[in-house]
Amino acid sequence: MSVDLATVKRVARLARIAVSEDEAKRMVGELNGIIDFVEQLSEVDVTGIEPMTSVTPMEMRKRQDAVTDGDKADDIVANAPETDRNFFLVPKVVE
Amino acid sequence: MTELTSLTIAEAREKLTSKAITAVELTDAYLGAIEAANATINAYITVTPDKARAMAKASDERIASGKAGALEGIPLGIKDLFATEGVHTQACSHILDGFEPKYESTVTQNLWDDGAVMLGKLNMDEFAMGSSNETSYYGPVINPWKAEGSNQQLVPGGSSGGSAAAVAAHLCAGATATDTGGSIRQPAAFTGTVGIKPTYGRCSRWGTVAFASSLDQAGPIARDVRDAAILLKSMASVDAKDTTSVDLPIPDYEAALGQSVKDMKIGIPKEYRVDGMPEDIEKLWQKGIAYLKDAGAEIVDITLPHTKYALPAYYIVAPAEASSNLARYDGVRYGLRVDGKDIADMYEKTRAAGFGTEVKRRIMIGTYVLSAGYYDAYYLQAQKVRTLIKRDFELAFHAGVDAILTPATPSSAFGIADEALAADPVAMYLNDIFTVTVNMAGLPGIAVPAGLDAKGLPLGLQLIGKPFEEETLFRTAHVIEQAAGKFTPAKWW
Repeated sequence: MSVDLATVKRVARLARIAVSEDEAKRMVGELNGIIDFVEQLSEVDVTGIEPMTSVTPMEMRKRQDAVTDGDKADDIVANAPETDRNFFLVPKVVE
Repeated sequence: MTELTSLTIAEAREKLTSKAITAVELTDAYLGAIEAANATINAYITVTPDKARAMAKASDERIASGKAGALEGIPLGIKDLFATEGVHTQACSHILDGFEPKYESTVTQNLWDDGAVMLGKLNMDEFAMGSSNETSYYGPVINPWKAEGSNQQLVPGGSSGGSAAAVAAHLCAGATATDTGGSIRQPAAFTGTVGIKPTYGRCSRWGTVAFASSLDQAGPIARDVRDAAILLKSMASVDAKDTTSVDLPIPDYEAALGQSVKDMKIGIPKEYRVDGMPEDIEKLWQKGIAYLKDAGAEIVDITLPHTKYALPAYYIVAPAEASSNLARYDGVRYGLRVDGKDIADMYEKTRAAGFGTEVKRRIMIGTYVLSAGYYDAYYLQAQKVRTLIKRDFELAFHAGVDAILTPATPSSAFGIADEALAADPVAMYLNDIFTVTVNMAGLPGIAVPAGLDAKGLPLGLQLIGKPFEEETLFRTAHVIEQAAGKFTPAKWW
């Protein structure tokens, strides 16, 4: 499989990263280099092999379904670029 | 009297406890060293002198009242990946511009609870993505080591390049670091320091900026094996805030030092003898084998047949997880925002301006391999290969091998702005060829300096252990250290 310019632009859009025409062109070569490199995995026989889901076999610890944290609205918005009365401000999304 | 900054953690601990020195004196010595060196080495991106002196003063008070912790008064540098309350935390990325968390990472909190002193935040590759510390928004770190008779500036490795350089140049007594594919062990090898990536789950990941969650693990970089053992004991903990942290007792790692390796079985995997490996690396490996044999260990040849697939599998799994983890940087909740004509435009412009080239490249790869139609061919296949990589190790350990000895890196430190590496991302990725298998299998791995190459640059050996058997690694690495000696760069900065 190889990546073309249209694919690079589509993936950039999916990743929400604006790319210029020049950047997209440069990425075609770079991404193909990496994809070619990882392509060698297809030669491995994985018949009957389970995909890894957890590197150490462990049971997920669970906790009581209880409120253990909170009342920190000021802290949560403290680093936001734009806020108003403990709300995050974003450009208008509904007309 | 020797310079205070030349004391190891174990030595400083002794002098602090016996009140031969004070924590404030020790901290001031390090702050002075940083002020003199940092413009050249660029290991620190933020120094916190007021906080350091206040913490040191509190340490002196606790020592005076007999309440000293395990790391009381020891000045440490903290990789910028760890959230430190009220202090610059940006993973050395522009996208987290101005971010100062309102919380403390579990690992750093553990260190402060044991009395350690924070000197500041250390440089690193952006979001821990890199092997040379050149992807940092704050510029490259300069390796305190130089080749004999050369003035060329070398990289300290990465991503924990600031941590490794600061430890090697005596700009901190020890440092925190993280390792996703080799980011502790490769820079340790490039700077003549000791770095251990513990078993996945040994340290809490809470409050550490996430790169690839199934691979990320924190660990220390230190001047010697003993200091690494002291630091890891304090860093490790089970944590309700990280469900992948394990509830196992934390051994006294330091007690493992000095124990015999007699009759221990050390595996030598033939797959780590790669094409084009410099002769110096092969020689170092043989030297390591001889050290352990002389100490009574049994050396056995083993095979880890899926080794060559670890790096390609990593470059699917890690970018895939990164593309998901880094989706949170959208200009809304923290960091940089670049305005746009609508919200999607704002996201795209913010991320374009905030992420560096390597980070964008990995997000793109991750997005691609997870996109519709490609998931099975890439991500699922990589996770199956990962099962096979782990099984290789399990079979070796099952056959009686106690630890595996390999080179830590395929070369010594290379030059800043190396043109061949800049032109080919995959060539840079090959730096992690010996270390990445360990992350893929979730195992502990330690890099210990074992000699210098023909250019006079440090080289490291790697020991790989069974899950949660870090003690075996400390014990075996200590034998190598005793035989090989320690390596300190000649001061030129």
